[in-house]
Amino acid sequence: MLESLLFLIMGSITIACALCVVFQKNPIYSAIFLIQTMVSLAVLYVLLHAQFIAAIQVMIYAGAIMVLFIFVIMLLNLSKADEEGERDNLFFQKPSAIILGFILVVMIGTVTLKTVFQGVKGEYTPETISQIGNTQLVGKMLFTKYVFPFEIASILLFAAIIGAIILAKKRIIED
Amino acid sequence: MIPLTWYLILSGILFSIGAVGVLIRRNAIVIFMCIELMLNAVNLAFITFSRQLNSMDGQIFVFFIMTVAAAEAAVGLAIIIAIYRNKATVNVDDINLMKW
Amino acid sequence: MPYFFGCSYLDLIGYVLLFPIAGSVINGLLGKKLSKPVVGIIGCTAIGLAFILSFFVFIDLLHLAPEHRVFEKDYFTWIGSGSFESIAGLQVDPLSVVMIMMVSGVGFIIHVYSVGYMQDDDGFYRYFTYLNLFTFSMLLLVLANNFLLMFIGWEGVGLCSYLLIGYWFEKKSASSAGMKAFIVNRVGDFGFILGIMLIFVTFNTIDFTEVFQAAPEHLQMGGFVVTMITLLLFVGAIGKSAQIPLYTWLPDAMEGPTPVSALIHAATMVTAGVYMVVRCNVLYTLAPFSLTVVAVIGGVTALFAATIGLAQNDIKRVLAYSTVSQIGFMFLACGVGAYIAGIFHLVTHSFFKALLFLGAGSVIHGLGGEQDMRKMGGLKKYMPTTYKTFLIGTLAIAGIPPFAGFFSKDEVLLEAFTKGSLLIWGLGAFAALLTAFYMFRLLFMTFCGKSNMSKHAEAHVHESPMIILIPLLVLAFLSIGGGFIGFPTASAINSFLAPVIGGGHHGTVDGGSLHHVSAGMMFSMMGISTGIAIAGIFIAYLMYIKNPDLPAKIAKKFKLIYTIVYNKYYVDEIYDATIVNPTVKTSFILWRIVDVRIIDGFVNAIARIVELKGEVLKLFQTGYVRNYALSILLGGVIIIVCSLILL
Repeated sequence: MLESLLFLIMGSITIACALCVVFQKNPIYSAIFLIQTMVSLAVLYVLLHAQFIAAIQVMIYAGAIMVLFIFVIMLLNLSKADEEGERDNLFFQKPSAIILGFILVVMIGTVTLKTVFQGVKGEYTPETISQIGNTQLVGKMLFTKYVFPFEIASILLFAAIIGAIILAKKRIIED
Repeated sequence: MIPLTWYLILSGILFSIGAVGVLIRRNAIVIFMCIELMLNAVNLAFITFSRQLNSMDGQIFVFFIMTVAAAEAAVGLAIIIAIYRNKATVNVDDINLMKW
Repeated sequence: MPYFFGCSYLDLIGYVLLFPIAGSVINGLLGKKLSKPVVGIIGCTAIGLAFILSFFVFIDLLHLAPEHRVFEKDYFTWIGSGSFESIAGLQVDPLSVVMIMMVSGVGFIIHVYSVGYMQDDDGFYRYFTYLNLFTFSMLLLVLANNFLLMFIGWEGVGLCSYLLIGYWFEKKSASSAGMKAFIVNRVGDFGFILGIMLIFVTFNTIDFTEVFQAAPEHLQMGGFVVTMITLLLFVGAIGKSAQIPLYTWLPDAMEGPTPVSALIHAATMVTAGVYMVVRCNVLYTLAPFSLTVVAVIGGVTALFAATIGLAQNDIKRVLAYSTVSQIGFMFLACGVGAYIAGIFHLVTHSFFKALLFLGAGSVIHGLGGEQDMRKMGGLKKYMPTTYKTFLIGTLAIAGIPPFAGFFSKDEVLLEAFTKGSLLIWGLGAFAALLTAFYMFRLLFMTFCGKSNMSKHAEAHVHESPMIILIPLLVLAFLSIGGGFIGFPTASAINSFLAPVIGGGHHGTVDGGSLHHVSAGMMFSMMGISTGIAIAGIFIAYLMYIKNPDLPAKIAKKFKLIYTIVYNKYYVDEIYDATIVNPTVKTSFILWRIVDVRIIDGFVNAIARIVELKGEVLKLFQTGYVRNYALSILLGGVIIIVCSLILL
């Protein structure tokens, strides 16, 4: 019961914050609402017995990535002049996008409600997970079954660091 | 216990909100944030399925998605900075070279 | 047998073709960068080497027994398709050896002459490229061992004649003369290729040896198929050798440089038809009707062209009509079955006709381009060597003993008399009379009498340089002595060529030798033909030396006939009215209405539709990235909706 209540509260907060991300005029507010969305999602992850993911959700997403966003927003000093007050050249874009989004929600809802999800059940029931410990399990998986993708992910991050430095370092077109 | 379907519906709603945000906003950084929102919606779906199937693979996938998202954020924001330097704007409607 | 680095010269026959084509390629690709003397040396050397090699091949062939004088060298399978196989190979036998020696020999002399004649022309290297290619094509034509390869050479000489007649293409008349030659030749080629197809359908092969071996057993004497084959082949010969009714291109071909005319008339091109008929003598002998057609067309052409020659004033045109007439003689000989006499006349004709053309070229050169005989006269004292050689050529073509033309023409007439009918002989004899007349008319008008030159021309007239005179002297020598290879009763050419005639080993047909004719008959015929020639010369002497006013009076008296003859029987005009103009008009209609309106209109309409569609569709390409993203989402939603409905 308590769990359901928690889900409803956190779910509502998540949706509300997500809507604010989209509809806030100021990008810095959007960023802050996005952080809130991620934190609420972390709570939902805990409810789903994924404690490790919940922790890195807060640390990496809300902590690292979103800080990067805010840095950039402040670096570019996006003032009201760049805000979206001007006339929209694509007047039909907004209504059609909202209608499509609504249809998408309805469709996904219908699909999820209609479908009976089946699949081969694994060995990691919440009980076993709590016995061994979620973090330990994730670590074990990462260094056994997924060791190869794990190493590739490190190369990806490395490439991204170099790419980001090169892109941000100098002007692309000298003017 | 809450039916897992609810989580999936929540994930769908978040995804749709993100998609609509991508379509209606013109600020490149906000669009980028909406994309992160969509990624998070997908993450939620992964975790839900992982819970339902008693499997750890979904969580590992989320782990990798976060890695990719971090890389993507770094590169994407660098691109936005580069664009801003050249055109002094991050309004995507002003960056409209892709037309006849 | 003489050997060359361990192999017989017969094995080297391919080099006879290689030298000219190599000369053509070198001059064609590099000629622009080379100096004129180098280009000339390359061009002449190529043909000269071909001639020397041809001569050695001839010697080699002489060492073989007469029955074995056939040598075939296969190079590669050219076309292999199902049951059809064509092997590119060369065939050396007495006939082709005589031809290659004549072609490369006379061709070489003309090449040397051209170096002097074309000295001041800007397209010197282009000229020699074409000239070498021309000789190559002709050599390929005579050396080919099957009909298809022969056809390549056949087309090659057609192409080169087009290029060379239209050599001065800046001149409208030259380029249209080139086109005329090409188009008229196409008409003949059409018949020729149909003939080849019919041969393939009938014999399932196009190899000369196989076809001629199979022919006597395969085809019945005078049957429909063999008559069709020979007539179709003869259509090709008519076009290439300028016989009635396709002779009109040859006089117009005078627009080309004079040495080219000499090459076309003497060594290459026009003799191709005669060669082809002789080569296919086995088939022709099986088709008496075709032979009659050949003889009649030859005889009529000989006379017809001779009459036109009477009234022409352009020195080269007279020679052109005389060529048409002389080729007519050759066909007349073939038509009565005297193939060797035809080839004999072909060879001697190539000597004296080359001499006459080169002599005329020397005159034109000396007068600075003047070709109208009425503006010449009295050139004897200005150009003594040219005059002497030209006189020899004229005596040879008129048929005065012992010059080359006498022996061959006499043999043609004798054969016409003994094997053909009196009518055929009459045609030939009358044509011979006219030939003697108009050739001496030409000689008298040009070299004798008083000068009609313009002041300007008279001041410049000069004898030609040695490089032009030496070829004339060589050809003059050949024109005097060339006839003795066919001396009656001891004819070398007869015995040499005899194995080629009449299907080789079958020997069913008389080899065209003269053994059946009594000596008395032979000498009386000689007397008659000499008398005819002298009569023609005498008339010309009366009209143009003794009494120069006579021609004008005669022309006035027979005004109608003179006008008709002077205008070449209006044949060109008739062709224009009946064939050329309707074709042009139809083409005009096809161009303006069918092509421009319908076909172009259709294509343009499609383009317009595409353009309109593009105008509409480009509205979707707004340039806004989020607009494109909207399309992606729309697509996604549609997919989900569809899968929901369908599943």
